[in-house]
Amino acid sequence: MGTLNVLIAVCLIYVIFLFLVAFGAERAAMAGRSGWLRSPWVYTLSLSIYSTAWTFYGAVGYAARSGLEYLTIYIGPTLVMIGWWWVLRKLVRIGRSQRITSIADLISSRYGKSNLLAVGVTVLAVIGTTPYIALQLQSVTVSFAVFSDAYEAALPVDSPESNALLVAAGLALFTIIFGTRNLDVNERHHGVVMAIAVEAIVKLFALLAVGVFVVWGIGGGVGEILQRIDASEIGSWQMQGDRWAALIFLSAAAFVCLPRMFQVMVVENEDESHLRTASWAFPGYLMVMSLFVVPIAVVGLDLMPPGSNPDFFVLTVPLATGNNGLAMLSFLGGFSSATSMVIVAALALSTMVSNHIVMPIWLSASGGGASVSGDVRHVVLLSRRISIGAVVALGYLYYRLSGGGTALASIGLISFTGVAQFLPVLLGGIFWRGATRMGAFAGLTVGFVIWAYALLLPSFGAGTLMSPALLAEGPLGLGWLRPQAFFGIEGMDPLVHAILWSMALNTLVFFVVSLIGFPSPIERLQGAQFVNVYEHSSNPQSWSGSLGQSEDLMVMAQRILGAREAQQLFEREARRQGVAGLLPEPSPDFLQVLERALAGSVGAATAHAMIGQIVGGASVSVEDLLAVADETAQMMEYSSQLEAKSEEQARTARQLRQANEKLTRISEQKDSFLSQVSHELRTPMTSIRAFSEILRDSERLSPEEKIKYSSIIHDEAIRLTRLLDDLLDLSVLENGQVNLNVQTGQLAEVLDHALATALTGAGTDRLKVSRRRAQEHVRLTTDLDRLSQVFINLIGNAQKYCDAEVPALTISVGRTEGALIVDFIDNGAGISDRDQAVIFEKFARVGEQRASGAGLGLAICREIMARLGGDVSYLPGQGGAAFRVTLPAALALAAQ
Amino acid sequence: MGKSVLLIEDEPNIIEAISFILSRDGWAVATHSNGHDAVDVVQARQPDLIILDVMLPGKSGYDILRELRDLAGTRDLPVLMLTARGQVKDREMAERAGVSRFMTKPFSNAEVLAAVRDLVPR
Repeated sequence: MGTLNVLIAVCLIYVIFLFLVAFGAERAAMAGRSGWLRSPWVYTLSLSIYSTAWTFYGAVGYAARSGLEYLTIYIGPTLVMIGWWWVLRKLVRIGRSQRITSIADLISSRYGKSNLLAVGVTVLAVIGTTPYIALQLQSVTVSFAVFSDAYEAALPVDSPESNALLVAAGLALFTIIFGTRNLDVNERHHGVVMAIAVEAIVKLFALLAVGVFVVWGIGGGVGEILQRIDASEIGSWQMQGDRWAALIFLSAAAFVCLPRMFQVMVVENEDESHLRTASWAFPGYLMVMSLFVVPIAVVGLDLMPPGSNPDFFVLTVPLATGNNGLAMLSFLGGFSSATSMVIVAALALSTMVSNHIVMPIWLSASGGGASVSGDVRHVVLLSRRISIGAVVALGYLYYRLSGGGTALASIGLISFTGVAQFLPVLLGGIFWRGATRMGAFAGLTVGFVIWAYALLLPSFGAGTLMSPALLAEGPLGLGWLRPQAFFGIEGMDPLVHAILWSMALNTLVFFVVSLIGFPSPIERLQGAQFVNVYEHSSNPQSWSGSLGQSEDLMVMAQRILGAREAQQLFEREARRQGVAGLLPEPSPDFLQVLERALAGSVGAATAHAMIGQIVGGASVSVEDLLAVADETAQMMEYSSQLEAKSEEQARTARQLRQANEKLTRISEQKDSFLSQVSHELRTPMTSIRAFSEILRDSERLSPEEKIKYSSIIHDEAIRLTRLLDDLLDLSVLENGQVNLNVQTGQLAEVLDHALATALTGAGTDRLKVSRRRAQEHVRLTTDLDRLSQVFINLIGNAQKYCDAEVPALTISVGRTEGALIVDFIDNGAGISDRDQAVIFEKFARVGEQRASGAGLGLAICREIMARLGGDVSYLPGQGGAAFRVTLPAALALAAQ
Repeated sequence: MGKSVLLIEDEPNIIEAISFILSRDGWAVATHSNGHDAVDVVQARQPDLIILDVMLPGKSGYDILRELRDLAGTRDLPVLMLTARGQVKDREMAERAGVSRFMTKPFSNAEVLAAVRDLVPR
């Protein structure tokens, strides 16, 4: 009992130690002190998760039952490491350059990034691995039980099942803590790798210790042991050629295809050159592991009572000989084997499940898109964690449901056969450009159906999942379809039978369907990148990361476009592609659309580079890109601020330019105005000066001359005064400073006054004015004085400029809609079209007039009418000069 | 009989003033008051001197002067130009057109008389 307590304590301490190792490695990696983490030896040791509890404990049992056949399990990987290292190298290179996260990722990525294929591979991998996890849990539980049996003590926990539950929960926790510490896009887990490397040393050391104890402690040396081997059944065991070949092939295939092996070998690979060390060191490790298997089996068979389980000789032999410390070490070895396998398998499977099943479902479930925050990383992490829990829970359930019995013992090879189905598709994918998605689908489907039908289902025993009748006679009595004797070929070992048929038909169908069909453009593209990976990845030492898949694109797009826009874009594209869920396949079309959308934010070149980096497998990690995207977002903010500022400046500049143009125009107008005013002032002043000098200097002037010249001076002085008056009037009117003196009066009276004023003096008889008084009965409410000023001006113009022999002016009043009009039409020659355009300008004098005015009259009229809310304009086509004064009707009421 | 002066001016009072001044000094003064046919009148009358206003109805004094300078008979005819627009650019335009003497209104009678005497040696 005490020993058992010590065992539990040691176990706990060991687990805590592993946590610390993993934690330390993570810290070191984060601090950049990862030099020793990058050692090829760590890589080599991490590969040792190949030897699980099944090999740690089971190899001895295997040897006890089937002699040297257990060696096939070691020979397969050895052959792969030594003979196929160039295949592994290509896988590693592809993994890095394409940022592969799992075997499902690699296969789906190679075959046109088909998520369906990824889901298929994931499901099959889970099916193939779950029993294996169950096997590890069982081995831990049973080894506990062995200890408690040995001391005839009750376990501290109620049952082996709850014991296994504890172990499962602990492993899940460990994996979650160190497998999903952060969403490392290159999917490296330094802590986990370091922990399993330590465990690899523990299990090797434990097995060697037991072996040394058995050979020299019990067996009495090498020679003695060899004799005992010769004498035992194992020595007389005969090799079955077909089974050996099949098993070597199987373990070799599994070594490449097992998700956990792919994880440590390809995904966790730090440096391609590590493979070179591992290619001889790992076979060496396996050799040492297998060295003492037969001696332990032989001694165990001799030592232990008949019927005892040879699978646990490694544990029971030290216990039986009272070597508790060694037994404990051995237990730790087995514990290490089991835990490392479960941890890595859970990690690998969770990546696949999360990336290819959970995330797509989650993204489609959160359909609206509005609820999704900008950063999906926490969702990815959560999904990974849940997946890890689910994978381990599945293993535990399988263990419970299978009853933990001997059915598990054979599950190792069945699992191997299952995952070996990936091999043709995997190798075809990296060596044959003609391989197509349809071919991969068909081959995998055929292989797995045969595997399930011929090996998995019958393995549960006749009557459980397959009826004895089916096994004996085939489905519906079709004898050639008997699960263990296809096409009537009987007498084969069921395992060999299943391997042969499943692999052969899998490969055949894969090739034939690939040859018949045509690869899609993206498949061709990916195929070329995979097959010619050495040409495409010129820099194998560069950064690496996970596969550029839609998820990565989504994360990046959200950073750049914003969560909502990115989701909408992806959703729309997924719909267009007819893909279920929210993540479109990264087809060239979609990438082009995405690139265009991103280009709107970051510019075409950057967008192209970013997508190229993620999808095309260039040498920058997605993390770097996300950092770039963050920076870009900041820069965009700055740049939009700058843009706003520069827009503002442009606006100001435009306003300044307009103001400047206006000032220039005003300045030109002012110059021209001054020049005209100067002219208008100088002209009368010239006369005044000339005649005043004449009056002053001439003594002999007649009185008539004196009067005449004085009158000229007088008239010109008045002209000057009038000019100044007009200028001031115009200035006031133009500045809008005029105060209107609004009165109400009769239009007729205003006209009377205007005529009286205008015709005063010399020209009274000259102009004949005709009016229609009946029309003039209109009451006005306006500035009557100003209106009168306009009328005076117009009448005065007619008086001055009408060139008819008998000048006549017609004044008529009318109404149009909304306006009162007063027309002044004389019978002269009128004003030419050219001059009509300028008569209202200041100082515009047209024709050959020797006018006494300064040319401001009409300009003043126009200003006055504008102030009164009306207008004055020239009426063309009336024969003589015709002006129309328009007043708003609101001011005018027809008199009763 | 003295030398003849043709006064081309449209302002009646100025015509009267200049005519008075020059007549009193013994010049034969003829007048014309628009720009249209001024060149023809000059050619017909063949005066010894022209006094030319700038702002004339029909044709500006500058144009008239340019035309006169293009004609063989009047190329060297003395022209005294009077203008109420006394800016620098007006003087420049007059000089480019080939004016003999340029004066700004208002002028003193003595100045005009001196200029006329100066331009036409008796």
